[in-house]
Amino acid sequence: MSGRIGVVVFPGSNCEHDVVRAVSLVGGAEAELVWHGDASLPDVDLVVLPGGFAHGDYLRPGAIARFSPVMSAVAAFAAEGGPVVGICNGFQVLTEAGLLPGALQKNAGLRFLCTTVPVVVCSTASVLTAGSIPGTELRLPINHFEGNYTCDPETLARLRAEDRIVLRYAANPNGSTDDIAGVCNEAGNVVGLMPHPERACDALTGNTDGAGLITALVLAASTRRPVLSRPG
Amino acid sequence: MKFEVLVEVRLRPGIADPQGATIERALPALGFAGVEGVRVGKAIRFTVEAEDAAAARAEVEKMADRLLANPVIEDTEITMVGDDAGGSPAR
Repeated sequence: MSGRIGVVVFPGSNCEHDVVRAVSLVGGAEAELVWHGDASLPDVDLVVLPGGFAHGDYLRPGAIARFSPVMSAVAAFAAEGGPVVGICNGFQVLTEAGLLPGALQKNAGLRFLCTTVPVVVCSTASVLTAGSIPGTELRLPINHFEGNYTCDPETLARLRAEDRIVLRYAANPNGSTDDIAGVCNEAGNVVGLMPHPERACDALTGNTDGAGLITALVLAASTRRPVLSRPG
Repeated sequence: MKFEVLVEVRLRPGIADPQGATIERALPALGFAGVEGVRVGKAIRFTVEAEDAAAARAEVEKMADRLLANPVIEDTEITMVGDDAGGSPAR
């Protein structure tokens, strides 16, 4: 019996169906859409904040979305150890909401990047990378203008020391600090990443490198591990 | 009373500004020499109803903290039009 996955839909989200299809395809899991205006979450074991342009990315990506009614419920779910994963715009929402450290700035080259890039798994201490082997290189699609991960030196030192940089770009496409493509919170149950693993799950589209990460999410939902133990 | 407000949102010192850097590179190409330190921000203007200027400023500082800027990468400067104290940093 697989766990239940909730995918939050904000006005302007556009990757929610990609996530629903990916978890079904690689893990046989069922996902349900959750409207951002709902003040509570349905009975779910994992929450995904998908890609897109929530609230038009007005002011800053995620700046308005973090005040959507559902976000209080997402924060409470995360605080109880519930797994929450933000992909692309979802990552931006999680940083704006203060559920993950840092911020996503405009890309260093000022270009909207829509391409596939090599990404390296750096830490397995998150719900997203729990089943991965550190050092594994994945080719994953990216699709963003504001993916340039920025944080102060103290935050970066903490992320490194606590093994919370889960993914790094093998060739930095956007100017991200320390090549960061994804980070997690202290407990590893909240993860954000700019690449789109859900778009690399079907052999039909020529790339299944994201399937391992999506499988990890399905497993996390089915076992509902509140807090992952960290190696060492 | 109604107060006119200008909130300038700026990237904090030390945060890379790709837009500012691009403008700084473009200006010499047009013959404008000697330009340094270009930083791009946002100007947000509105009016706010409050008892007095101090109350208005306090309210705007809260707005800046909660929504108008992301304190991880941005600073704000609040200017109240007609405020004798003039502009002063919000944080």
